[in-house]
Amino acid sequence: MSKTLTINGKTHTVDLPGDVPLLWVLRDEVGLTGTKFGCGVAACGACTVQIDGEAVRSCQVPLEDVWGEVTTIEGHGTPDALSALQEAWITHQVAQCGYCQSGQIMQAAALLAQTPRPTDAQIDEAMSGNLCRCGTYPRIRAAIHDAANRMEG
Amino acid sequence: MSRIGKIARRTFLIGSVAVVGGVAFGAWFVGRPAPNPLQPKDGEAAFNPFVMIDDKQITLFAPRAEMGQGVETTWAALIAEELDVTLDQVTVLHGPAAKAYYNSAMVGEGLPGKGYDNSEFSHWVGDKLGHLGKLFDLQLTGGSTSMKDGFERMREAGASARETLKEAAAKRLGVKRADLKTEKGAVIAPDGSRIAYTELAAEAAGLDPVTADLRDPGEWTLIGQNQPRTDIVAKTTGTATYGVDVRLPGMKFASVRMNPRLGAPMNGFDASAAHTMPGVEKVIDLGTGVAVVATNTWLAMQALEAIKFDWGEAPYPSETDAVFDTIARAFDDKPNSTMRDDGDVSVLPEGATEVTADYSLPYLAHATMEPMTATALLEEGKLTVWAPNQAPTIIAMKCADAAGLETDQVEVNTTYLGGGFGRRTEVDYAVYATRVAAEMPGTPVQVTWSREEDMTHDFYRPGAMARMRGAVKDGKAVLLDGKVAAQSCTFQAMTRITGLGGGGPDKVHVEGAFNQPYAIPNYRMAGHLAQLDVPVGFWRSVGNSFNGFFMESFIDEMAIAANRDPLEFRIELAEAEWAPAAGVLKAVAEMSDWKARKRPGRGLGVAMIYSFGTPVAEVIEVEEQDGMIRLTNAWIACDMGIALDPRNVEAQMFSGMVYGLSAAMFGEITFADGMVEQQNFPDYEALRIHTMPKVEVRVLETQDHLGGAGEPGTPPAAPALANAIFDLTGKRARRLPLMHDFNLFV
Repeated sequence: MSKTLTINGKTHTVDLPGDVPLLWVLRDEVGLTGTKFGCGVAACGACTVQIDGEAVRSCQVPLEDVWGEVTTIEGHGTPDALSALQEAWITHQVAQCGYCQSGQIMQAAALLAQTPRPTDAQIDEAMSGNLCRCGTYPRIRAAIHDAANRMEG
Repeated sequence: MSRIGKIARRTFLIGSVAVVGGVAFGAWFVGRPAPNPLQPKDGEAAFNPFVMIDDKQITLFAPRAEMGQGVETTWAALIAEELDVTLDQVTVLHGPAAKAYYNSAMVGEGLPGKGYDNSEFSHWVGDKLGHLGKLFDLQLTGGSTSMKDGFERMREAGASARETLKEAAAKRLGVKRADLKTEKGAVIAPDGSRIAYTELAAEAAGLDPVTADLRDPGEWTLIGQNQPRTDIVAKTTGTATYGVDVRLPGMKFASVRMNPRLGAPMNGFDASAAHTMPGVEKVIDLGTGVAVVATNTWLAMQALEAIKFDWGEAPYPSETDAVFDTIARAFDDKPNSTMRDDGDVSVLPEGATEVTADYSLPYLAHATMEPMTATALLEEGKLTVWAPNQAPTIIAMKCADAAGLETDQVEVNTTYLGGGFGRRTEVDYAVYATRVAAEMPGTPVQVTWSREEDMTHDFYRPGAMARMRGAVKDGKAVLLDGKVAAQSCTFQAMTRITGLGGGGPDKVHVEGAFNQPYAIPNYRMAGHLAQLDVPVGFWRSVGNSFNGFFMESFIDEMAIAANRDPLEFRIELAEAEWAPAAGVLKAVAEMSDWKARKRPGRGLGVAMIYSFGTPVAEVIEVEEQDGMIRLTNAWIACDMGIALDPRNVEAQMFSGMVYGLSAAMFGEITFADGMVEQQNFPDYEALRIHTMPKVEVRVLETQDHLGGAGEPGTPPAAPALANAIFDLTGKRARRLPLMHDFNLFV
């Protein structure tokens, strides 16, 4: 099927079977590789992007079902124009191998959009689907609290 | 190959005779410099394999796998310290696979002996022997060796480049080199004017490198300070290139399905349905499995699902119980090693109480976040491989073999690694990519495994068993007699690399058990090798991961039998043997407020393991909440002599602990019908943010030698947790994962 998607504010027309997951449209067709493949079964969160501001696992969204505007890590902020969340992530030196961090950040961004001052319990609830095999969780938590302060300030 | 194989076998498993032979040969060979892999163009100066400067930029080379441990940053900081540049002035690259990038510390780690008791002299011998790593071009990232390896060599590289740049400036200005200073990437003339290094590159390129003495540690401005990671912005913005992110013009996407009965043949397959599926371009018979090449990775994976396979039988027992029966039978064989045999363990000291316990630990997968992947392009007489890997020179060798080329016809590009943990010291993923690319000359192909393929085709942490016998008397451990049985990762890996099996005692198999800094007068540790063909390999901390559990669970059992506080019991044993080990125990006692913290409904457990040159103590706290056991707090203390980057050391410590805790709670690989049963993360859970305890790390710097950081945080995690659960429940965990025997909060 041919479908036109809006990704990070730009339109892209792709011609692929409708059941191809958004993840693989982004990575192998559009060339946006910041969103990562980890498990393919929505168990790790590495592929998290936002559709109309809602955090979703892009490995579980077929192309034909994409219902809104897609934001990936590349659209969230760039090295020259970091988001407040990314600045906090850098201040706390969160990333180790870094492979899961695009997903972590897109999930955290959705959390902060909905809950500007999350408690530890709210962070647990929102972020528990995002696996990090390096175990960067303490710094993820610290960076989210820090970003909440920065965004409010 | 036969020459490399012979040397490799001799040096990797150092026996005393081989050491002598190796030194004599190595002393001559090591003196010859390896060719500089950097080929400077006009106007560029490559002072040594680690520093390259042109008229625009300064590039430092950190030819070690950046898999999260921060090696790129700290390695660059070692060069920058002497070169007088700041890290924000330089670009750091991994560089090519090259002989010059051998790991000098890796082989030194193979020396017999406990490690912590080494004299200055034996450290010197270890360093010299380490240069044997060069003899088989062992550019390997593993064994927590990078900083030991780079600590002197990289500062020397930086100092030499600095002095050579000063020499160029001296010639230009007509002054003496000694009258010049350097600062932040520039030579400072006697009149205070600055000449940027980049301006001097062309002139410096014609000069012979100048050598220089290293600075006193008191003058360091980067080493010992927290450095912002050089990869942090890229990894925070989705712009870092991992193996799966390589994109080349005309590139195709592929995936593989190999025999899930590991090492077995494929009798046949029917791909008729796959051929007609959307996007599919090619189905390739790889002998023991199949690759599908398509226009999209997911379409390739879907087509693999549609292939019917006839798999051959596994070369090992097909069920988990039978695998462990085979491991247990190894106890009846003559031990492969008895690397410690102090006093006499055959006699129970008079008046002592005997303690015995058997333990069993499962096979484990690495489960890196980035599944196995590699990209390859075969052109006329040249193979280019892009791979997230820990062993580029081995990749070059094995991929050359697969493509029918010589090693120097292969270019290996090492990307960032989405986790390594030892899995990427293997090269299977790169060889498969090469074999697929060989079927499509001129077309680059990226081969990415599904998570299921990754989890079921690992080189697993071996399943391991222990039979421990000890004795306590007057509140002290007076005897420890342990036997460990497991497959040898070392022999298997050496067979894969060199084609020849290993021989002699395998130190890795008993590390974490024989070499612990406890003063126990009668102390013996024997290693029995299980003869099995389950693929096994190096998993973060390797032998220490299982031996550490056996040792520190059993020490805890002895402490309880002696009616002693487990932490005080350990401090006493360590104090009499090696002060830094007692130091980390005392630190966690203080940090956790060990004595005052105890209360009903809460359990505290401790463990201390010396591994990779670094003693690490961990205290884990668990609480019963709503009938479930929850990890609430963790305290870690380590002592690596010099903490080159304390904030990064802290990260490595809690990261290592999380890896160990995840395995302890949930990790197991089991077999049914010859196939691994666990397929994906739901079957192989790990710690997540809501199950992660609060953690505090203290980095001590009291010991005389530089220890490793990437792995030593892992071994104490499992026994500290199991000991905490015992403290809470009174029930001893003698097998893992804990989820089978305890109601864990998940």
